[in-house]
Amino acid sequence: MPNMSPKKVEMPHQDAQIRNANFEEVALGYTEEMAKEEAARCLNCKHRPCVNGCPVNVNIPDFIQQVVAGDYEKAYEIITGTNSLPAVCGRVCPQEKQCEQLCVRGIKHEPVGIGRLERFVADWHMQHGAQKAEKPAPNGHKIAVIGAGPAGLTCAGDLARKGYEVTIFESFHLPGGVLVYGIPQFRLPKEIVKKEIHALEELGVEIKTDMVIGKILSVDEIFEMGYEAVFIGSGAGLPSFLGMEGEGLVGVYSANEFLTRINLMKAYEEGYDTPIHRSKSVAVIGGGNVAMDAARCAKRLGAEKVYIVYRRSEAEIPARGEEIEHAKEEGIIFKLLTNPVRILGDENGLVNGMECVKMQLGEPDESGRRRPEPVEGSNFVLDVDSVIMAIGTSPNPLIRTTTDGLEANRKGCLVVKDDMQTTKEGVYAGGDAVTGAATVILAMGAGKTAADSIDEYVKQKHNA
Amino acid sequence: MFKIVAKRQLNDVVTLMEVEAPLIARKARAGQFIIFRVDEVGERVPLTIADFDAEKGTITIIFQAVGRSTKKLALLEAGDSIQDVVGPLGMPTHLDGIKKAAVIGGGVGCAIAYPSAKALHRMGAKVDMIAGFRSKDIVILEDEMRAVSDNLYITTDDGSYGEQGFVTDKLKALIEAGNDYDCVIAIGPVIMMKFVSRLTEPYGIRTIVSLNPIMIDGTGMCGGCRVSVGGEIKFACVDGPDFDGHQVDFDELMKRNNFYRSEELNDTNHICRLGGDVNA
Repeated sequence: MPNMSPKKVEMPHQDAQIRNANFEEVALGYTEEMAKEEAARCLNCKHRPCVNGCPVNVNIPDFIQQVVAGDYEKAYEIITGTNSLPAVCGRVCPQEKQCEQLCVRGIKHEPVGIGRLERFVADWHMQHGAQKAEKPAPNGHKIAVIGAGPAGLTCAGDLARKGYEVTIFESFHLPGGVLVYGIPQFRLPKEIVKKEIHALEELGVEIKTDMVIGKILSVDEIFEMGYEAVFIGSGAGLPSFLGMEGEGLVGVYSANEFLTRINLMKAYEEGYDTPIHRSKSVAVIGGGNVAMDAARCAKRLGAEKVYIVYRRSEAEIPARGEEIEHAKEEGIIFKLLTNPVRILGDENGLVNGMECVKMQLGEPDESGRRRPEPVEGSNFVLDVDSVIMAIGTSPNPLIRTTTDGLEANRKGCLVVKDDMQTTKEGVYAGGDAVTGAATVILAMGAGKTAADSIDEYVKQKHNA
Repeated sequence: MFKIVAKRQLNDVVTLMEVEAPLIARKARAGQFIIFRVDEVGERVPLTIADFDAEKGTITIIFQAVGRSTKKLALLEAGDSIQDVVGPLGMPTHLDGIKKAAVIGGGVGCAIAYPSAKALHRMGAKVDMIAGFRSKDIVILEDEMRAVSDNLYITTDDGSYGEQGFVTDKLKALIEAGNDYDCVIAIGPVIMMKFVSRLTEPYGIRTIVSLNPIMIDGTGMCGGCRVSVGGEIKFACVDGPDFDGHQVDFDELMKRNNFYRSEELNDTNHICRLGGDVNA
């Protein structure tokens, strides 16, 4: 008999007043009992709408039934049949907009906690799973992947399972992309990312770090080295600034810089060499997940006041629902319908305030969202000593400007067909490099599609 | 891991290291830099490539032990390895068409000016090099610089070696003596680059400076190294590090470079207790 409780089994959390002073994971995960209880809420529908909501089509009811039966290793096998990074996805996917949005139980009550169950299974495997992934028989073909973020890791994992010899070229000293430099420890522990990447290495994927493609090697040189196809998953790492007065002042960061110092370089931890300035009062400009992450990190570094400055209202805020709730619980102050005008500094060039203007929502624009307009004469100064810009990123031009025949659109995003092939033969691309800044799971879906297309391409070439 | 194949102490605080990095050596050009991370807990620090040898597969870095990371690096010996070396980063210096140049190095900046002088010399340009130091005991690379320049002028602030005075004094004298340089390349402390640029502006001499802002990734993904050039925001790691000295906001750069000074001061005390005598 299914468990007909209208609500999800609650996930244990660190208390808000304790967690906002540490970087430990906020959500603590289900126990075995909780997982079984939640899994029993799944109706195991015949038409499985949830699967269509997942960009990598995890066989959700199948794995959940294995949780009900208590065979967690079997559940893990089902998930990893289509998803290379389940411990990551269970934690950072916006499930409310994907699998859980289509769950039949969600029509009247709360949907099944699919993300929480996926996380439970992946974590269980990491703790108890004995069996190593078996290395597939090699098919004798070499593929190169540029960028070790979610898109590249997924593409590499899928190709390795098909028997390809895959090499990932990563510019940073650690693989993971946004999973290691962007998303903070309290949302996604780096040990988890490391273990998931290690599982890929066991499949035979080779990762070369410290390799900035476009500088140390060009895409054409990669082909000369004997790789038969290249997947570009270089992301959208170029930060935007508003071009307003005062952005050159000391204490103004891009969210990328702030988060990289904290997450990748561990600036907050004793014993690491990278410095970080401990601010008293911080304004974070923007309303996406990156803005929430930056604000919550600033709070954990000891800031007394942390503001989210967002020009629209709460209804339009693009961040993941759970993160907005968490941020509020942790004491982040939301300055909605507010836009920065200029950043103010003292005689030493240090930030000592930010002038803002109140906004109101006008008529809907082309995107269908109501356009924010400044309210005349409503300017005021926010008392801050640091400003973090979290207003978006675009693709880094390094690869496209050093590769002949690779077309990009006006925004610098690589142009691809449905099968993820770029305008250059044998070169495929996916993730933020193609879409501009989006989500982890969409990048993984693109990596998966590209792996299938690359497989087709190589097979066709050798049959011809 | 990147193996150190040779190490030479150029003076009490400046060290030269030849590092095995065949792929970087094959691609490097004058004006480009690398980012190193000395060990697992290390920070990422930029250093200009002072020399490179594609055949041997090595690059040369020359650095002054000024903070925690450069002090840690200086403690390594030939045979040891550096955790990470990333490069070649940044744009190469644009040297095309230069016929007569004055290349100016300030202190350890001479190590960065040297590859540009060498490249110009190889192209057949006439090169006057002005190398400035505080005093005689910190003079570096004299033979190397002499070998790639038509004239080498060494200045010391205290007159203990070469001519007494600043590099700007010497440059002004050379310009006024009728040397018609079509380019001045100035590399060293920000304040020196600022005054060289201020000096050449009224003469209308194109002046290239190599900026040294704080960097993290060195690939254009954070903007930590942003500088104002001609009123626009530029990222020194991808748009530079070379810029037109007449367009750079040097005062802003100096303020930004001081941001972590208090953290660095705490750090210096910290490393004293750990590593012993590295403050010498």
